[in-house]
Amino acid sequence: MDATIENIGVSQRANLEVFSGTLQQLAQTDRDIIVVTSDSRGSGKLVPFGQQFPDQIIEVGIAEQNLVGVAAGLASTGKKVFAVSPACFLTARALEQIKNDVAYSNNPVKLIGISAGVSYGALGSTHHSLHDFAVLRTIHNLIVVAPADNFETEQAILLAADTGMPVYIRFGKKPMPLLSEEERTFAFGKGRIVREGTDITIIGTGETVAPALLAAEKLERANNISATVVSMHTIKPLDYDLLQNIAASGQPIVTVEEHSIYGGLGEACASFLIQNSLHNRFKIIGIPDEYTVTGSQTEIFNHYGISEEGIAAAALGLIG
Amino acid sequence: MSEKELAQKSVEYRKKILKYIYQAKAGHTGGSLSCIDILNVLYNYTMNVDAARFDSPDRDRYIQSKGHTVEALYVVLASRGFFPESDLETLCKYQSHYIGHPTRKVHGVEQNTGALGHGLSLSVGTAIAGKLDKRDYRVFTVLGDGELPEGSNWEAALSASHYKLDNLCAILDKNTLQITGPTSAVCNTDPVDGKFEAFGWAVRHVDGHNIGELMAAFDALPFEAGKPSLIIAHTVKGKGVSYMENQLKWHHGVPDTRQYAEAIQELDLLEETLA
Repeated sequence: MDATIENIGVSQRANLEVFSGTLQQLAQTDRDIIVVTSDSRGSGKLVPFGQQFPDQIIEVGIAEQNLVGVAAGLASTGKKVFAVSPACFLTARALEQIKNDVAYSNNPVKLIGISAGVSYGALGSTHHSLHDFAVLRTIHNLIVVAPADNFETEQAILLAADTGMPVYIRFGKKPMPLLSEEERTFAFGKGRIVREGTDITIIGTGETVAPALLAAEKLERANNISATVVSMHTIKPLDYDLLQNIAASGQPIVTVEEHSIYGGLGEACASFLIQNSLHNRFKIIGIPDEYTVTGSQTEIFNHYGISEEGIAAAALGLIG
Repeated sequence: MSEKELAQKSVEYRKKILKYIYQAKAGHTGGSLSCIDILNVLYNYTMNVDAARFDSPDRDRYIQSKGHTVEALYVVLASRGFFPESDLETLCKYQSHYIGHPTRKVHGVEQNTGALGHGLSLSVGTAIAGKLDKRDYRVFTVLGDGELPEGSNWEAALSASHYKLDNLCAILDKNTLQITGPTSAVCNTDPVDGKFEAFGWAVRHVDGHNIGELMAAFDALPFEAGKPSLIIAHTVKGKGVSYMENQLKWHHGVPDTRQYAEAIQELDLLEETLA
């Protein structure tokens, strides 16, 4: 049986649901957990949280600037605040509040970008967040995370609740497979190797790691090429040690992201490699400089080569 | 502090604002002079805040939304013992912590501000936390009339009344001038009282340079139970220095040596009349 998204690892829940469930668990013993939403209770799967902890959810209406400012004010008093909003609006409309009220003032808000990347698919480019890595990477004092599977999501939420730093975490709506039974360690700033290989390395982030893993299995099956797959869940701080090690092995590197090819994971990796004279063959896969085609998240992924076939073809191109 | 002592304090603060802006060759003179009486009464009469116990969760909070007039905040904090006043000799200079907008690097500053339209949302979040924790602290924020067109203010104003934040008091430093010209000509926000009332706030007007009126207004908080309070303080940009008053160029004008001496002389005379 060929590998599919459904049968790599164990098919599980949407990362979004893991987020809301983890938050609910945390709130049972921690009255300081506060959710702030901008009419995103439903889309954030936070209805059960709100029912169970009505005093720990603050609704500001569709007002993202206020969402982030209020969250920062709450966090300044010691609350563990999760500000939840669609990633596209949270990181564009409230960018100045993220920069000033959260990161510059060091109010450790957990900014949760839901329905990230092209999760909203056919709703179009107003609803896509393909800029968030690029803009948030330039903001000092902010951790930027895109978990790949349910395990990473749960760990990211637990760590975020405990850290004294501002964190941005983004994920989509689709059920995600468990990407590795073996590698079950997680720390911000440390990439997670979900598949070991010797010929090429594919570095993905967020929901692109699953197709990267499928591509690796296809390369093994069809071409006898052994690929490493890394979930680089933390875009910033980037895991330079891991990149250094990968590059030192001489393997070609493919990066894959649900983001513009400008300013995201790929360019972050390329910048590190070039500046350290590590000239591995290198390819960035992401959304090109255009407003995306219409379609579901999967269709858009397939269109731009963020897929088993597309990633495998890019890998072969580098090795060829 | 008595009303008379506070009035004397305001003159002292005005002289210090001018001194440090003059020395730094940078700063926002006009707006600092328009809001200084408000900050004076807040810090020396109204607020429960103490430099030695600034980490107290029960302290009253002050968040300066119109961050460009930070010089007013710095001289008040110095006088309340948050840091040695001599630190202000470094104002705006290379590697100083005392930069031209509020920063938490300075002891006593609650939030980094300066970009306009941020203070009210920060204050709303802080006030909601006070309600959640059943603490008695109050949150004060000074808004500039020039920053009101920022939409975030109105988002925050809505949520303040939605959450019935009667522990929140915004003070509008209505000096009627902004960098380009009269606020009414740049983007008229009047009638501002009616707008805030329609947003669910309780509103009062005061003469923002009348210490007694400011004290009485703060004493009357909250103006209505279950509503956030807005004090519209009618002020004069550049107040206290006759040649600066209501003059646009003093928005961020810096006095030269002769102008500085003239201003101090005028304030010295005022000080004598208050003695």
